[in-house]
Amino acid sequence: MVAASLSTPTAAAGAAPNPWVAALLANATGFATPGADALAATRAQAAQALAQTPVPSRRVEAWRFTDLAPLTALKPALLSSAPAAQPEVAAGSLRLSLDGHSDPLAGIALPAGLEPISGDELNATLGQVLAVTGSGELWPVRLNGATAQQVLALRVRGTVATTLELVSDAGDGEGILPLRLLLILEPGASLEVLQVHRSGGVNLTSVVLEARLGEGAELRHGLLAPGADSACLLATVAVEQATGSRYSGVSAHGGWALGRLEPRLVQREGAAHSALKALQLADGRQITDTHSQMVFEGPDGRLEQLHKAVADGQGRSVFNGAVQVPRLAQRTDAAQLSRNLLLSDRARIDTKPELEIVADDVRCAHGATVSRLEQDELFYLQSRGIAADQAARLLLRGFCEEVLQALPEAARPWQPLASLLGEQGR
Amino acid sequence: MIRPDAPVLLEIRDLTARVEDQPILKGVSLTIRAGEIHAVMGRNGSGKSTLSKVLAGHPAYTVTGGTVRYMGDDLLSLEPELRARAGLFLGFQYPVEIPGVSNLEFLRVATNARRAGKGEEELDTFAFEDLVRERLQVVQMDPAFLERSVNEGFSGGEKKRNEILQMALLEPLVAVLDETDSGLDIDALRIVAGGVNHLAGPDNATLLITHYQRLLDVITPDYVHVMAAGRILRTGGKELALELEERGYDWVDAELASLERTPAEVG
Repeated sequence: MVAASLSTPTAAAGAAPNPWVAALLANATGFATPGADALAATRAQAAQALAQTPVPSRRVEAWRFTDLAPLTALKPALLSSAPAAQPEVAAGSLRLSLDGHSDPLAGIALPAGLEPISGDELNATLGQVLAVTGSGELWPVRLNGATAQQVLALRVRGTVATTLELVSDAGDGEGILPLRLLLILEPGASLEVLQVHRSGGVNLTSVVLEARLGEGAELRHGLLAPGADSACLLATVAVEQATGSRYSGVSAHGGWALGRLEPRLVQREGAAHSALKALQLADGRQITDTHSQMVFEGPDGRLEQLHKAVADGQGRSVFNGAVQVPRLAQRTDAAQLSRNLLLSDRARIDTKPELEIVADDVRCAHGATVSRLEQDELFYLQSRGIAADQAARLLLRGFCEEVLQALPEAARPWQPLASLLGEQGR
Repeated sequence: MIRPDAPVLLEIRDLTARVEDQPILKGVSLTIRAGEIHAVMGRNGSGKSTLSKVLAGHPAYTVTGGTVRYMGDDLLSLEPELRARAGLFLGFQYPVEIPGVSNLEFLRVATNARRAGKGEEELDTFAFEDLVRERLQVVQMDPAFLERSVNEGFSGGEKKRNEILQMALLEPLVAVLDETDSGLDIDALRIVAGGVNHLAGPDNATLLITHYQRLLDVITPDYVHVMAAGRILRTGGKELALELEERGYDWVDAELASLERTPAEVG
């Protein structure tokens, strides 16, 4: 069905679709899986949109520093990942494995307060948060929509005591692993979620999470993604917040040939609390990228954002932090800090706050620092008998831990620091 | 405690050093034997702190002449961490805050580095916790400080206690304490000084760098050296510190001026 719509690309686009995209779309349709039908219509629509959208080049501002070349060199097909070894599940958490085709809820008893969303309701809801947050047009979201075979969609009521772990490992397979997630938190609901995405092969993990937080709802969200030199990650986190809700996102990604995270938050009526803490790392020739966007559509909203990056080798780190405070968003209190550690002469860091403030009664602070390891800190450690290289490692770990310690407890068995610094065997 | 037959731990001869293009030390000589407590006094900018940093091997300072022998070896050829492992300790005037690095882990890694330097076995986490809890008493420090990041958010007094705690764990042979009394109230000063006195013994030595007499009221030095313009102008016993307290530093300026008119051997 999708292939049919592709064979007659909309004339409006004018140009023929990128050959890699065309090949991917052709291959993706042949990957029929049980339960895939629910998404068929959405997928066809997204496929059409994707076919008409050029693959972003570096001439596009949002991709100015991030070259998608590693992506379009991947095999244009969906991959079938084999179950990978995983650490033990932390007490008090429920792990759901996402492989892109089998049902993650099969044989699982969901804890009280969680129930799947399906059928017409799913079709009616899916994509709404993407639209509200302006994420629907993002190329990675279109790519995901055009290829995802299933969606894990859950409604949350009341306080869920169990941490939900959503885990994928693209493994050593070649191709694309698209994952789509939807969380609807009813008013007053509370949930902790940890996403873990890993890879060891020549592949792309494409993940899109939509989350809607009702009035007074709370979502504590962690995303841990230690990658591989050969692999790519494109992750979008779209969050719609009602009044009095709290969203706290803690993310850590690194080690990917290309790893890009796009959190896009909207406070629909303001008066909500959003917190973003992020760590990203690039070594070798890796690219690590975060483009965040926070929009206040009403007064009295709050944002606390800390973004940290480490670039070593010839690695490249990109951060763009957009904050929009329109006229109606009076008394907004937003703080954004970007702290960057440059560990090599050949590494590169680009960091850019992008504040659009129209309201006049607001507090919006932002700052960015790029530095090397502090000589005084190194000397202090050395003067206590700690060798220079070990001292540098301690300081690097200290820099990272500030963010990693804020990840949900369930992240601990995944050894966030060791996995991101490549200090453990996979 | 002065014993003329005690082994020499540290011997500084005609040491000169600069930071960037600025000469700071202009020929310092000093001999420290086991069991001795030395005090170096002088005004700000006299070179006292530079002397301590040069001894510890701070990369911002360049030695331009002279020698420093530590336990008979050439100290200046050693990396800072090797000096520490061999038992040289610098207590910082401004201890550095290191966010994200747990104080406990830092103390354990440092203690094990020093133990390796002494040819002793490393302590595992349990054995180390026992040791650190015992040594905390030397400075009457709350164990809660172990769980925090190194010096982060510590008050001035807490930072200095943490310095002396490190000294208690590393068991140095020569401890150079740079303005350890600065920023301390009288109670904190007593505790810190008590720690230093507790750790001073017949086999080690202490070099106190200080601006004021008040530290020397609680730690009695065997020798007092007055430093000015990068040299030691005069050396005496503890009464020299009292004299300085009484007369101020003006006579030092006069002496310095006369020296500069007729350059002479100093030391």
